[in-house]
Amino acid sequence: MQAKGTPDMLQDKDRIFTNLYGFQDFGLKGAQSRGNWDGTKGLIEKGRDWIIDEMKSSGMRGRGGAGFPTGLKWSFMPKESDGRPSYLVVNADEGEPGTCKDREIMRNDPHTLIEGCLLASFAMNAHAAYIYIRGEFYHEASNLQLAIDQAYEAGLVGKNACGSGWDFDIYLHLGAGAYICGEETALIESLEGKKGQPRLKPPFPANSGLYGCPTTVNNVESIAAVPTILRRGGSWFSSFGRENNHGTKLFAISGHVEKPCTVEEAMSIPLRELIEKHCGGVRGGWDNLLAVIPGGSSVPLMPKDVCDDVLMDFDGLREVGSGLGTAAVIVMDKSTDIVYAIARLSEFYKHESCGQCTPCREGTGWMMRMMTRMVRGEATLDEIDLLWDVTKQVEGHTICALGDAAAWPIQGLIRHFRPEMERRIKEYRARIAA
Amino acid sequence: MPKLTVDGIEVEVEAGATVLQACEEAGKEIPRFCYHERLSIAGNCRMCLVEMERAPKPVASCAMPAADGMVIKTDSDLVKKARNGVMEFLLINHPLDCPICDQGGECDLQDQAMAYGFDSSRYAEKKRAVKDKELGPIVKTIMTRCIHCTRCVRFSEEVAGVGTMGAVYRGEDTEVGPYIEASINSELSGNLIDLCPVGALTSKPYAFTARPWELKKTDSIDVMDAVGSNIRIDARSSEVLRVLPRINEDVNEEWISDKTRYAIDGLKRQRLDRPYVRVDGKLVPASWDEAFAAIKARVSGLDGKKIAAIAGDTVDCESMTALKDLMGSLGSANIDCRQDGSKVGGPRSSYIFNTTIAGIEEADACLIVGANVRAEAPIINSRLRKRWRATNGDFRVGIIGEKWDPTYKNDYLGAGPETLAEILDGKNDFAKILKAADKPMIIVGMGALNREDGDAVLAATRAIAEKFGMVAGEWNGFNVLHTAASRVGGLDLGFVPGEGCLATNDILDGAAKGAVEVVYLLGADEVDMSKLEKAFVIYQGAMGDAGAQAADVILPGAAYTEKNGTYVNTEGRAQQGWRAVFPRGDAREDWAIVRALSGALDKTLPYNNIDAVRARMVELSPTFASLNVPTKAEWTDFGNAGEMKSDGFMSPVRNFYMTDPISRASVTMAKCTEAFVKDAAAEKVA
Amino acid sequence: MSHLRRPAPKELQPVSFAFTPENLDKAKKIIAKYPEGRQQSAVMPLLDLAQRQTEGNWVPTVAMDYLADMLEMPAIRVYEVATFYTMYNLAPVGKNFIQVCTTTPCWLRGSADVVDTCKKELGIGVGETTQDGQFTMIEVECLGACVNAPMMQINDDYYEDLTADTTKAILDALKKGEKPKVGPQSGRKGCEPLDGPKVLKAFCGCGAAPQDADASKGDA
Repeated sequence: MQAKGTPDMLQDKDRIFTNLYGFQDFGLKGAQSRGNWDGTKGLIEKGRDWIIDEMKSSGMRGRGGAGFPTGLKWSFMPKESDGRPSYLVVNADEGEPGTCKDREIMRNDPHTLIEGCLLASFAMNAHAAYIYIRGEFYHEASNLQLAIDQAYEAGLVGKNACGSGWDFDIYLHLGAGAYICGEETALIESLEGKKGQPRLKPPFPANSGLYGCPTTVNNVESIAAVPTILRRGGSWFSSFGRENNHGTKLFAISGHVEKPCTVEEAMSIPLRELIEKHCGGVRGGWDNLLAVIPGGSSVPLMPKDVCDDVLMDFDGLREVGSGLGTAAVIVMDKSTDIVYAIARLSEFYKHESCGQCTPCREGTGWMMRMMTRMVRGEATLDEIDLLWDVTKQVEGHTICALGDAAAWPIQGLIRHFRPEMERRIKEYRARIAA
Repeated sequence: MPKLTVDGIEVEVEAGATVLQACEEAGKEIPRFCYHERLSIAGNCRMCLVEMERAPKPVASCAMPAADGMVIKTDSDLVKKARNGVMEFLLINHPLDCPICDQGGECDLQDQAMAYGFDSSRYAEKKRAVKDKELGPIVKTIMTRCIHCTRCVRFSEEVAGVGTMGAVYRGEDTEVGPYIEASINSELSGNLIDLCPVGALTSKPYAFTARPWELKKTDSIDVMDAVGSNIRIDARSSEVLRVLPRINEDVNEEWISDKTRYAIDGLKRQRLDRPYVRVDGKLVPASWDEAFAAIKARVSGLDGKKIAAIAGDTVDCESMTALKDLMGSLGSANIDCRQDGSKVGGPRSSYIFNTTIAGIEEADACLIVGANVRAEAPIINSRLRKRWRATNGDFRVGIIGEKWDPTYKNDYLGAGPETLAEILDGKNDFAKILKAADKPMIIVGMGALNREDGDAVLAATRAIAEKFGMVAGEWNGFNVLHTAASRVGGLDLGFVPGEGCLATNDILDGAAKGAVEVVYLLGADEVDMSKLEKAFVIYQGAMGDAGAQAADVILPGAAYTEKNGTYVNTEGRAQQGWRAVFPRGDAREDWAIVRALSGALDKTLPYNNIDAVRARMVELSPTFASLNVPTKAEWTDFGNAGEMKSDGFMSPVRNFYMTDPISRASVTMAKCTEAFVKDAAAEKVA
Repeated sequence: MSHLRRPAPKELQPVSFAFTPENLDKAKKIIAKYPEGRQQSAVMPLLDLAQRQTEGNWVPTVAMDYLADMLEMPAIRVYEVATFYTMYNLAPVGKNFIQVCTTTPCWLRGSADVVDTCKKELGIGVGETTQDGQFTMIEVECLGACVNAPMMQINDDYYEDLTADTTKAILDALKKGEKPKVGPQSGRKGCEPLDGPKVLKAFCGCGAAPQDADASKGDA
């Protein structure tokens, strides 16, 4: 089951985010002692084609949930400017329930991100990067801004960054409480000073993004890994994980494990190993496991029998009808009211819907209200089919993926836990008949 | 020109067209709510979803650019399910208001629910309710009905330029409205009612009045300003209930101003529905014969030099033609269609909007002199705004005269002739912009021309046009903006003083002195009536305004909604309106009154039907031979250079909502005045 | 919908607003982060600045008008932004603004206990403010600290790994006017396992394991 060439546990020497737990200085000195900013100028001098090729060969796929190949995404940016500047925008909105990895990078190892921004921007011909960080992350933003200021002072960014000849500016912009701003075009709208309502695609951001200029939006983790990948080589990164699912990844395991934590591991690690080696196992033992949501609330849940063997990577999870998403692993043991767990997610999506398009605006409310009744069993059996129908009516008909994200958890619940839903309904109906 | 296939039909569309347009080209109806040809694309209602080969999910056809080789299906199961689904979602929170909702019968949601919805609701949860917003005397709101298509938000921001409407809050709590207590202060606000696909925004003056199927619809032309907006008059039996726009891409696109739309309730009040004769100082009802007899008694044998006629602002060309001919047969050429005393006239290119309204969209700079375009012709101002938006602000507009807010960025240059001179000298910075422009234009308003120095101002503006290359090749950027619907028609027909004869001010002065004994006011209510106290005044018109009060004989005419008539707009475009309802009581069509009078005076005019009048009109001016097109005028010399006074140019329109007898009698216009005109020196309803 | 998501009634709305000289300076620097002509981007950070300046930590309508003027944008566009994002309070909040996350990952670890404790200790319901104006408590969606669940945000600070007891302790400290320790209340530093990091030990001052000996410097 292990990926070829991967030892039992990822070794520290292969971990990118060495200050993940924040015991060391997050500032420039600490960062440099951990190898950041080492030879940045030289990497830039190797040229953007080399950088993009290296990223392609590393097999890095976007760490923000969509898993789009990063090197390929950068290659969509125009090689020459047509008069418009190009932009890198870093998505630090981290709002997906279960996800809390980017905050660690930003508060404990911000220089990985800043150096990554410089290298990525150079690769895509951008002289400026905006980091959009969720407004609730006050301390994370504070540390990140301090690190940015240090980088400016040391000449690592700004005019003639690192002495490479490349001018590069980096700015921090805080959000103000909207999960939808994690969607790339909504994020761009928000950066422009408007409501975070996603745009229609086409046009795509690489064509017309921030201020109508070519833009690439990347997740924090994707960018922050770039300097190490370039220093050690794409082939080093691709030596971890299975084909098409390469590299290391930050996993955040929450819920009913003995010791919830965030850890950097190799891709394709078996779920069971991840939970047992790093988190002390499921509460009450592996057989006490009910279900796992493996990639943040927007992917369908997996019942225990699927969890027994599944590998934590994009393809492995897709094959079992779920997804890696942000690798935010939410573990639920047998004590969980699984219907409520999903209903609470429905409430989340209803709260976060931007309201722009009809199916999401109206549908998330409908789904939430039905789910709330399902928790109590206050429904009829055929309403489960109605609920399924409603999710199918939302899915695929919305402007952005929030509609799909709202539909999938419910579909996962109905697919794997229908008997539980029916049981409640029968119980409720019996109670009120009495 | 992309070629694509829709349901097996191959179509070719313009570059830049959307899949929706391709589908329409193929004859396929695509349901939609948020999409509107004249607004930016929103793509948020999701009703227009179609299936596209090789796309993972259905695409919004209104937003997807058409590309070569696309294969589109609009009749597949996937599309059917998508439409049913979206329709269901729209209806779950929509109140079951149809029986009490004004939109019923002309509601996009009803129509599309019939075609693409279910027959019953599956929704068993609570429905949301939304507080209504107070938006002013025109737009009534029942916001629970709102389906958040955002057409009103986009119209408010893009076309009207007032940015009052927004969509605040988020998700299912989204509320469309101004957020604060604010009315929509725009002369185009009534168009929101047309745009709203449901009954969320409806017409306050028209609330609970009629169902669309009860109405008889008649095409006509607006006379509230000189734009000549194409309208549709909706009437039920003998009552005009509302006015809606007709599409005319060249004139008013799909919009009309609030005055055009709502002044019609004035038609119910102060109506002249029978002849009157003044006996011992009091107006006494009379029969037509008695009225004509009174006129005959006064006019018979009178020297033509002592007779004069002034035509008002909303008069049709047919009646001006008849009156001109009647005056001629009485030996008088003291006729004037310019009741504001201006001297516009002469060569045609000196008194029309040569660029044409649609032509504005080619201009790259504009100088506005003495015109508050927003108050005088909101439709034309919206076209200027459209150009400004389309060029991202590169279209520069300079204003000389009063300061007014056009809703787009502009350069305010100065108050009057002094600034004109600066432009001519090249001293003013704006001169550089005009010089650099490829197709510059100038708009000269009545505020610049209806003054003593009007002729000199005209010459100065002509000089500017020449100096900055505003007239070159096919492009003529010289424009006069009229405020009266009848003005250009009158000028074309030659309803102006003959050689050595009296113009309006001279007529009035003459009447005051006693030199002019009979004054025929054809719908003219804005002259200084105090000067007519000595004269024998014949007032022919539909409304009892200042003219009727000063009259010795009142001949009740028809309002524009009550007769077939021709009107020439400020572009020089002759258009015809049709009769929607019959004139009130004993009132008659205006040209017919003059014809009948001519018989009573033994000067019978040679036409017995309207076609004959129209033939006479063609005789007088070739404009009337080609309807609905802006007949081009040759560029020639005009204006007399001379000294201009120093006072600033002032627009004749002080209150947009009340500019003629009909709008002055309108209750809705009074409410608007109260709500929107800041120093409304209480324009009392007559 | 919480009362904070509707504008405060007229009686509470001030009639004017202007940035302090210090904040005006900050505002100018913020606007300078965005390209020329794109100052509308600054509306979000400036709304936050206006909120921090306002007694009661909220955004009055006049402040929105003030920003509309400053940024040359129609007021309605500022209203849209201010009402869209939940962190802008449209009505005053208590001195300690408690936001308890109750989304599923936190709920799995006992967020209900945190809410109940707050209710009990403060004597208010969800969405309410104490009489003395010291505490407002609301439920919020995922705050992005899921492995340290359950947790709550009070003003700018995250309090994590909560139990009923530690929640009470925090509220007690705040009632006394003290500032409780921020972050995990369980003894761990951050997102490492509760009993200490299993990996990266050499970077955490917990003794180097043999395999990590050379891990402290990255390769060139």
